[in-house]
Amino acid sequence: MTTELRFDQIRLPPECERLRGEVRAFLAEELAAGTFEPGGVRTPGASRSAEFSRRVGARGWIGMTWPKKYGGHERSFLERFVVTEEFQAINAPVRLHFVADRQSGPILLKYAPEHIKMDVLPRICRGEVCFAIGMSEPGSGSDLFAAKTKATKTEGGYLINGTKIWTSNAHLADYMIGLFRTSPPTGENRRHGLTQFLVDMKTPGIRVNPIYQMTGAHDFNEVVFEDAFMPDDHALGEVDGAWKQATSELAYERSGPERFLETFYVLTGLVGALGEKPDLRGAEGLGRLVAQVHTLRRMSVSVAGMLQAGKEPVVEGSIVKDLGTVWEQKLPARARELAAFVEPEATNRTAFDKQLAYATMIAPKLTIQGGTTEVLRGIIARGLGLR
Amino acid sequence: MGNDVSESENIVAETARRILADLADPQTINRAVGDTWKTMLWTALADAGLPLAWVPEQHGGSGASLADGFAALGMAGRFAVPVPLAETLLAGWLLSQGGLSAPDGAMTVAPVRPGDRIRLDPDGTLSGQARGVPFAREARHLAVLANGAAGASIALVDAGAVRLTEGRTLAGDASDSVAFDRAKPVSMAPAPPGFDQTTLMLMGSAVRAVETAGALQAILDLSVRYAGERVAFERQIGKFQAVQHNLARLAGEVAAALTAAGSAADTIAHAETFDEAVFLEAAAAKIRSAEAAEQGVAIAHQVHGAIGFTKEHVLHRFTLRLLSWRDDFGNESHWAVALGNLVASHGADELWPLIASR
Repeated sequence: MTTELRFDQIRLPPECERLRGEVRAFLAEELAAGTFEPGGVRTPGASRSAEFSRRVGARGWIGMTWPKKYGGHERSFLERFVVTEEFQAINAPVRLHFVADRQSGPILLKYAPEHIKMDVLPRICRGEVCFAIGMSEPGSGSDLFAAKTKATKTEGGYLINGTKIWTSNAHLADYMIGLFRTSPPTGENRRHGLTQFLVDMKTPGIRVNPIYQMTGAHDFNEVVFEDAFMPDDHALGEVDGAWKQATSELAYERSGPERFLETFYVLTGLVGALGEKPDLRGAEGLGRLVAQVHTLRRMSVSVAGMLQAGKEPVVEGSIVKDLGTVWEQKLPARARELAAFVEPEATNRTAFDKQLAYATMIAPKLTIQGGTTEVLRGIIARGLGLR
Repeated sequence: MGNDVSESENIVAETARRILADLADPQTINRAVGDTWKTMLWTALADAGLPLAWVPEQHGGSGASLADGFAALGMAGRFAVPVPLAETLLAGWLLSQGGLSAPDGAMTVAPVRPGDRIRLDPDGTLSGQARGVPFAREARHLAVLANGAAGASIALVDAGAVRLTEGRTLAGDASDSVAFDRAKPVSMAPAPPGFDQTTLMLMGSAVRAVETAGALQAILDLSVRYAGERVAFERQIGKFQAVQHNLARLAGEVAAALTAAGSAADTIAHAETFDEAVFLEAAAAKIRSAEAAEQGVAIAHQVHGAIGFTKEHVLHRFTLRLLSWRDDFGNESHWAVALGNLVASHGADELWPLIASR
């Protein structure tokens, strides 16, 4: 416990800049081919996204840091960072492979038995499989350890019963990493008794029901388990001890460029709407926003550097997500104010208004998904020695 | 209550830390009557070669790297040092840009505000006014950036050659108006090609950002410690979730300032010239660290309650300097307008490449 914060300065090495050039050229081709539109408003359908993910995999940009024997490319976290930020900044359609690349793959690498790693990881790297995360339940959201969905021991495996909810992409996913209760919590440790499993979504006894979001999009699902059988070798890591495995995962999940770039297109749009010679108010507002996003990016690069150095920057990662998501949430509101006096007929105004409307609509979720602001501040406070 | 700052890996910063821990303890200074501590502190800093760290040895300095100097300044921020260490470092740096030798003793720089201009006339004298010059009345010399018919020049001016109107910062430090009325420099040289008033403002901004980050780290330490000591409603106040979340936000502001300032310092330390990358880094660092100061100061005071608002408590030594430093070398509004105009002139397609430039 220390109050001493560290964000080491990272200068991206030359191989990162070469790679950045390759990624930009690839994305330019995809844009030209009409695979997606920059700006996030209209996302391509599942089959187009699947083709895109396979092309990304073919470039070697999924599982970049993983061992070659599992289909990985043994490149650095900083190189992975460059690919991720280039994709996020332009809202490339990564939803089918991104969860596997960011967190499911690393969990399997660490905790799955060898034959499962040999089977699943190369397919992730080729962009062929989609993962979902089964954590939240109707009675258990931020309070992860209140999960009730049960994994009951049976011959050769476990029978799963219960319901996961808010499960993004479950309707498209081939696999889920699910958190299930294998034992009741103990008096002294309420976090005890949960186990992570690799769930094949084609397993009989699993039903996926759509939950439409207020934007009209279908991303969330309810996943119902009725005596779904999980073989023993699909339990990941220590039975009853998932809580010990959760913390390092958080540093990966929380500090990446996706935690401050989700509404970045609004800033790009604002620059277009304000034009080459903004008024004083527009210029000042724009300058402050750029200073913020620049700082967030440097923080995120720094955490990637710490991951590369083998550290577990959980507090630093939580700080990046707290500041990043609050910022990306405020961005549409701020951009709206700054563009208030831009003529309705001005160039780029119409496109910008559409993006603004979309970003305004999705803004509330940004400080909820993947760990709420309140949970993050609790983690930071613990890091400061207050809890 | 001492300031037990942990040791630094950087040897120059570690030297600074030892001297400051011995001779610039905020609590001791806060209680001190008279200025004896100031002389002792300055002598120790000067003996260690810190004030002239950015002056090459052949020009009378200790020839430390830019990175080392910035590390020492971060430490100075941790102690909210009320002597012109940063100003002398910056003055020494400015003089060495012109290849001029630096004299012993405290120095400061002029101008400090982006809109103030010092004019170099054909007779070789300087005229004009520089407002808000930190520690001017305690400095023996000023390093001055002046503009003449042939472009920018760098001059060393004896403090006796200018007229001062005394003023103070929020923290009570000297901040004076300096009038140059046909002042004759001790020495003068043309500034290197491309070096102008913006260059000096950017370097000054990076210096203030680094000090700001250090002082913010100090108020985080103070606030967390206090929250663990102070009991209210039969609990340490740090056990209350509302207080914890305030402190977590403070940590976020500290982290942002540390990163923005560190990134600017690192960029400048490795830059060949003050190009657009340096402009983005230094301007962003000044904007973000000043915003962090505003928010961080409010939280630190909120956590401390009434005791933090007293003369007796050391908190104000940090918070009032944090608020004052925002105004030196261009405030956050100044740089935000400049940065916003730069981004706008490049257009939307260049925004991301600019941000992801290193």
